[in-house]
Formats: sequence, C-alpha cells, structure tokens
Amino acid sequence: MNTLKIARYQLRDVMRSRWVLLYGIFFLLMTDALFRFGGSGERVLLSLMNVVLIAIPLVAIVLGTMYLYGSREFTELLLTQPVRRRSLFLGLFAGLALPMSVAFVLGTGLPFWAHGGLAGGTGSSLLLLLGTGVGLTLIFASLAFLIALSTEDRIRGLGISLGVWVFFTVVFNGLVMLAIYMLADYPMEKPVLALSLLNPVDLGRILLLLSFDISALMGFTGAVFRRFFGSGLGQGVAIAAMAAWVVIPFALGLRSFHRKNF
Amino acid sequence: MGMIRVHDLSHRYGRLQVLDALGLEIERGRCTAILGPNGAGKTTLVKCILGLVRPDSGRITIDGERVGDDPEYRRRIGYMPQIARYPENLTAREIIQMIRDLRGNPDDTDESLIHDLRVEGELDKPFRTLSGGNRQKVSAVLAFLFRPGILFLDEPTAGLDPVTSSVLKDRVKQERDAGRTIVLTSHVMSEVEELADTVVYLLDGRIHFEESVAELIGTSGEMNLERAIARRITARVVA
Amino acid sequence: MSRERPRRARTFAAMTVVGIALLLLALAPRPEGTALELPGSEAAASARATAATQAPTGHDTATPHQSHEGHAPATPSRPETFTGTEHVVGRGERLERISDALEVAEAGDRIRVRGGHYREGPLTIDRSIELIGEGWPVLDGEGEHSILTVTANDVRIQGFILRDSGFSHIRDHAAITVEESRGCRIEHNRLENNFFGIYLARAHDCLVRHNDIRSSATREATSGNGIHLWDVDRVQVEDNHITGHRDGIYLEFAQGAVIRSNRSEGNLRYGLHFMFSNESFYVNNVFARNGAGVAVMYSRDVIMSRNQFLDNWGTSAYGLLVKDVQDSLIEENLFRGNTVAIHSEGSDRLTFRLNRLERNGWAVKILANSQDNYFTANNFIDNTFDVITNSRQNPNTFDANYWSQYRGYDLEGDGTGDLAHRPVRLFSFIVETKPVALILLRSFFVDILEVAERVLPILTPETLTDENPLMIEVPGGEPWA
Repeated sequence: MNTLKIARYQLRDVMRSRWVLLYGIFFLLMTDALFRFGGSGERVLLSLMNVVLIAIPLVAIVLGTMYLYGSREFTELLLTQPVRRRSLFLGLFAGLALPMSVAFVLGTGLPFWAHGGLAGGTGSSLLLLLGTGVGLTLIFASLAFLIALSTEDRIRGLGISLGVWVFFTVVFNGLVMLAIYMLADYPMEKPVLALSLLNPVDLGRILLLLSFDISALMGFTGAVFRRFFGSGLGQGVAIAAMAAWVVIPFALGLRSFHRKNF
Repeated sequence: MGMIRVHDLSHRYGRLQVLDALGLEIERGRCTAILGPNGAGKTTLVKCILGLVRPDSGRITIDGERVGDDPEYRRRIGYMPQIARYPENLTAREIIQMIRDLRGNPDDTDESLIHDLRVEGELDKPFRTLSGGNRQKVSAVLAFLFRPGILFLDEPTAGLDPVTSSVLKDRVKQERDAGRTIVLTSHVMSEVEELADTVVYLLDGRIHFEESVAELIGTSGEMNLERAIARRITARVVA
Repeated sequence: MSRERPRRARTFAAMTVVGIALLLLALAPRPEGTALELPGSEAAASARATAATQAPTGHDTATPHQSHEGHAPATPSRPETFTGTEHVVGRGERLERISDALEVAEAGDRIRVRGGHYREGPLTIDRSIELIGEGWPVLDGEGEHSILTVTANDVRIQGFILRDSGFSHIRDHAAITVEESRGCRIEHNRLENNFFGIYLARAHDCLVRHNDIRSSATREATSGNGIHLWDVDRVQVEDNHITGHRDGIYLEFAQGAVIRSNRSEGNLRYGLHFMFSNESFYVNNVFARNGAGVAVMYSRDVIMSRNQFLDNWGTSAYGLLVKDVQDSLIEENLFRGNTVAIHSEGSDRLTFRLNRLERNGWAVKILANSQDNYFTANNFIDNTFDVITNSRQNPNTFDANYWSQYRGYDLEGDGTGDLAHRPVRLFSFIVETKPVALILLRSFFVDILEVAERVLPILTPETLTDENPLMIEVPGGEPWA
C-alpha cells in the first residue's frame, strides 16, 4: 500500500519537473517524423531500434542516477516515518520507471496507431520493440539506483553511470570484435552467443534483429544464431537472461538500499 | 511510553569510530539534551534510534521493543531534522498530506503549530521557493503533527527568528509537561538550560558525562549551564 | 552537501546528454564527394545495345501472355487443318493399349487416348504423330522406367497425367524424353512424382508449355530436374509450373532459348540452372524459395527481364548468380528477401538497370573479377548491405541508382544527391572475413567504426561510389507482375 502512495507522490514530483513529458514527446516526434519521411511500419521500427538501444539506456541511467540523488531528501524524510525501506525503494523505483516506460510506450505506440503502422507483421515486432525498451528502462534504472546508492559524490556517480552506458553500448561490442579476431582459429558462434547474454543491450538488439533482418541472418553464421534464438530453448534462455538482467541489479539495489546509512 | 535504551552501540564511517560501545537510557516524560562537540556522534546516535543509520553493532529498544526492520515504532516518534530538506517540487501541504496518508490518515492530528508559527501562507508554495526559516517551521509542524510520544529535535531553533523560536520553545515545554519524552540537541546552551532536565555529553563516540541540569549548575557553582559544562569538561581534562 | 553540487551535477549531466546527442548526429552517414570518371559506362551501353538486338524469335513471342495463376491445363484446341487418320485408345475401343496404336499409326496421324490408367512399360514414339489425352489418362511409370520417349520430328504430346517415372543412377529416366528431333510440342500435361520431368536432348525448335510439374524430392542426389534441356536450339518454355525437383529448369548448350512466364519454386537446388546457353531470353518468370536460387553461367548475350527472385533464403542462397557471363542485360527484375540478391563472379559487360532490390541480406555481391558492369536506375531498398566486393579496386560502374540508405541532400534540385553515395560498408567487409561478427549487426560500436571508415577509408573501395544517387525511387510500377 505504502509503495503505491509513495510512487504516487514521486510521480507527481516527476511530472512536475517535465523531463518525462519531454522524453515522451521526443519519442512521439521521432516516430511521427520517421513515419512521415520513412514510410512503412517496418522501416520505422528498424530506425527506432537504434534509438531504443542507445537512447533508452542512456536516459534511464543518467536520469535514474540524478533522480535518486534528487530524491535524497524525500528518502530521508520518509525513513523517519513508519515506512518500510522495501516499500520506499519500490515506490522510488516505480516513480521513475513507470513514467519513463509509459512515456516511451505511448510516445512510440501512438504514432504507430495514428499512422496505421500496425498492419502486416509489424504488430508483433512493435510489441517486441516496446518490450525491449521497457526491459532496458528497468535494467538501466536499476543500475542507476545501484550506482547512486554506492556513491555519495554526485559527479562521480554520474561519471560512473556514463561509463556503464558506454561500456554496454560500445566497449562491450569492441571487446567481442577483438575476441573474434584474436580467436579466429576457433569456432566462435557459441562463445559469441554466450557473450551476448552478458549484455542486455546486445540481447535486446539480437532479439529485435531476428524479427527484422531475416535475410542477412540466413547465412551460415546467421543460421546458427537464428537456430538458437529461434528455438524454444534459445528463446527461453534469452528471456531468462533478460529477466535476470532486470531482477539482479534491482535486487542488489534493494539490498544496498536496505543496508544504507542516511 | 517513551523509554529509550541504548546498549553497547558502535558505528564507524570508514576509519572514523563515530559511536564506540555507547550505552544510554533516556527516561520517559523528560527532556534530555544530547550535547558534545562537532563529530562527537550526536546526530549519528539520533539517526540510529530513528533507523536512518544501521549501527555496526549494539541494540536499541524503545519501550522494550527492539529497533529493527519493523518501522512501526516510528509511528510514536516525531523528528525535526537539523537541516530541513524536502522534495523541491512539492508543497508543504502536499508533504503534510502525504505523511498523513502514509500514517493512515489519523483524525487527532495537532495542527496548532501551523497557526502558531504563522506558516499558513507558505503551505501552497513549492519547497524550492521557501526560505530556510520557513522550511524549519514546516519541519516543526510535521514533528508535532501526530502527537508523538517521543520527539527528536535536532537544533530546533537554529535559523528561527526570536518570536518563532520562543513559540517553539513554549511548545516543547508544554509537551514535556504533558509527559512526552523529548530528545534535544543544540548548541544554544541557554535553550538547553531552559528546556532540558538532563544533559548527556558525548565525546569521541562515548558518554563523557550524564547529569541533570540542576545538579550540573548546582555543583559547579557557576551562573549558567554553559559555564558549568565548560568547567566540568576542563576539570576532567585537567584531572 | 552544499546546494552547489547538485546544480553542478545537473549541468554536467545535461552537457553530457547534449554531447552525446551531437555525437549521434555526427553518426548520420555523410558521403564524401569525389570526382570519378565512369570507366564501365561505354562498354555497358554497348552491352545494352547488343542485348536489345537479341530480341527473341520463335513461335509467338509477340503474343501477350496471361498470368499463369492456376495451372490446371485448359482444354487444348486442335489445329483446324488436320488431314491424317485418328486412332482412339481406351477401354472398350478397338485399341485398348497405347503401344498398339503407336504400332499402327503413321506419320501425320493422331492418337486420342481416353481416360484410364495405362501401365504399358516404356513407350517410344518414332513417327510424327499427335498423342492427345482426353479426360486425363494416366501414364504410369510404376517407379521403374521412363514413360514416353520421342525420337521423331513434330510430335505433339498433350493432356496426360504422367506419373512415377523410375529412378536410376545410370539412366536419366524421365516422364517425357525427346531425343534428336525437331518441332516437338509438349503442352498441358500434369507430371507427378517423376525422376526427371521433361527431358530434351538434341531436340530443336520445341515448345514446352502449360505443364504442371511436381515432385517431392528430398535429396539432390536422388532427384532429377523438372525441365531438362541439353543441346537444344530455339526451345520455348512457357507457362509451366515446376516444384519439388532438383533444378526447376535446367539448360545446358541451349542456344536461342526463350523461357517465359514460368513459375519455379521450392526446388532443391536451382529454380533455373543455365549454362553454356548463349543468346537466350528469359522473362516474366517467378523463382521463389529454391535451395540456391537461379544460376546463369558460362553464357553470353542473355536477356533476363521482368523476373521475380523471391525469398531464396539459406546458407549460400542467392536470387541470381551470374558466373562467367558476358554482354547481357538484366532489367526490370524484382529481387526480394534473398540472402544475396545478385552474386556476380567473373562476369563482364553486364547491364543491370531498373531492377528493384528490396529487403535482401546483400543486394549485390560483386567480385572484383567482374569487370565493366554497369548498374543504373536500380532501386536499392532496405537491404542490410547494398553492395559488397572483395577488393579495394572497383572495375564496375554504379550511376544514378536510388539507395534507401543514402543520407545526402539535393540543394541543387536536380533530383540527384549533391554528395556521392558509397554503398559499400566497412561492416560488410568485416562480416566477409569473419562471419561471426554478424552478431554485431546494427550495434552502436559498428556505427562508430563506419564513421571512422568514412572519414579515413582503409578497407572499402574509394572509387565504388554512385556520383548521382537519386533522391526518390525510380518509378515504374511493377512490370514483373
């Protein structure tokens, strides 16, 4: 109960600062523009994919860190009240992740609905894109909380956040590329698959790719990836990995919040 | 109602031992002042009792109930922090409403301080526009709002104008006389002398001494509490 | 904490976000404009001219053909001026066996076969007759032998169901075999579950049309081709539907062939397999979901026009493979959903124009041993990779195509982008050498590499550019439909 009350007040605070509105409008304008210039729903989805994979983690982790630092007063105030730390943490998390997710889903979904972009097979692809976006929002918001809880220095915390974002969106893939070239003599399909489970951005990207870029992925290597992620087991593993990415940082954040001295 | 026991409480921040096996009993129905130099552990002690800080070791009970994960005991506590920090975009009225809400909207709230401290006009402004003094007044309103059995007042009059300050002090006395337990930290010794029954003096995370105000002044032969404490401390150091 | 720090933190974060937004903007492809002469254009233009003069000749090329939806052969119409003897075969008729009729018939006669199930072993037609089925008589190979063999000129076979020709490692058993003759017409038959379907060897001036050829092959080694043409001149193959064979249509040493309006789909290997066949023409065919696609090899002066190459997915699948092909024209075709739409190897002086290449993995894979090829007025739309080659040299010409990946602008307003387009991407090179790297497709890291490569090309061919990328798609409806 208290979680909901806290989330409601936090939501009001967040809405008042307007960045969530801007965030939603950003997706709205971008999707709408893609429809006006790009045309088909499938093409819009492909363009959106890059935005979702880059912008959502960035915004979630940077704003998430700032948000938790900014909620420090609120947190301290509520901790002197008869409120469980768990409820407070959940309320704070919901106060961030909920408006961000809703802004993203509406900002992206409404133009699709308005432009009739749901025709054909794009409906399920859009769902996958929205699911991935929400998943990444939760994951990177959790990481943001974890960072903000473990560092008192706000500048440092933001620096770490950006570092984590750069790691998952750029550095990680650079390392994968390096591994592919350095271990060129070994069959790398399976190790590379395993590696991709360690990065939620890659995981999201590959799941989306498989629903869009079918032809390119039908080469021999692509077929290996496709067979894995296309099979029941592979999809199960992918979804479990994504779920683990949501749950583990969140659980660590909750534990850290539970033990923290304010 | 209102008996606080602290056993063997230790806490450190990094290499700094803030509380060092501290033991203390705070009696109900009295006003206890916790004094000490900066860094002696006053705020940490209060935060431990409130549950804001998780002590490394030791035990705290309130009316025999162990302070732990169950936050219910805080229902009986009012807290006025030293620096009043609130969500900047919310108004005082929203904060008050939210906390009432979180406490299950009790009917018998005490809103008299809103009028007494003259903050009615500030209730609907976002916190970011409020002055330090006005924030302090809102803190006071919140602390007394739910008629708590125990009140923690951390530097309650710092930054308040003399009129407000005396209104607040009158209120504290009134509460004490009504049998509430009051824990006070302050740098203003006249205030402590005026309000407190007992002084607990902390030094390096331990209790340096604990005495009643009357006794302190009486045995020292000094005019006021400030000088009595100063004498008491230097005496110890010399000895 | 002082009130100064959060403000600093906020400013810092805001500046970072703006910085990254600028970085993202910088990532938008920005082709560099460099002057480039067009070495291949002259040769290609001559190829076009050559190809255009090879307008097909044959029986009725001028007749517009209907779409071949529904392949049930229509009731055949007979020539009005028939002067020979008619023999009727069927239960209760004077002749109950086709072999008896083939004995008595003379050149110029007609044998009409009533409906029924005929198991007569291999039949040979050695004189110029018409063999017409009425009410879909079934000729059964019983999984043992070839069914009909033609060794005479001007034989016509029409209206039969030919079923279960035998499989053999040594002989190419077929439902209909035509050897060393001229002028055969094989029309409106249904071929079911045969090893080879229609097999023409040294048979010239033949017409194969409106046949429905189905099999259910599962292994290349034990399956034959739907229509197999070997050393034939001026054959016409029209309006056939072939599925479930090894190659749908196979041509080897076929001069002046016309392959028109056929539908070849779901065959194990190639939809069309075309070797050593010069001066041929194929148009309006549909090749879909075949194992590897369509292969055209060791031929010259070929015109391929208005065909559809669809959904040829697979490890080494392509829409169209051209290998050692010269002086040919590939125009107005549709390539959609293929792993590789066009794969060119050792082929010279080909003109690719007005084709639509859409949603393929690789639209054009052109090896550097292919020279003086000319790509113009094609639409490259939503392919993962538009062009890939294996060299930094570029002996081919790309000019005035539409590229959906082009991000330039047209301030001059002449309909072509002001900056040249580089269709070859660094990442396609990486994937070429290290296929596993495909897992990094569309990642931010790869985007950054692409930007670096654009600024300072070290792997991609500098001269493979389209100097006049079109701003809008080349119009033209759907000529293949």
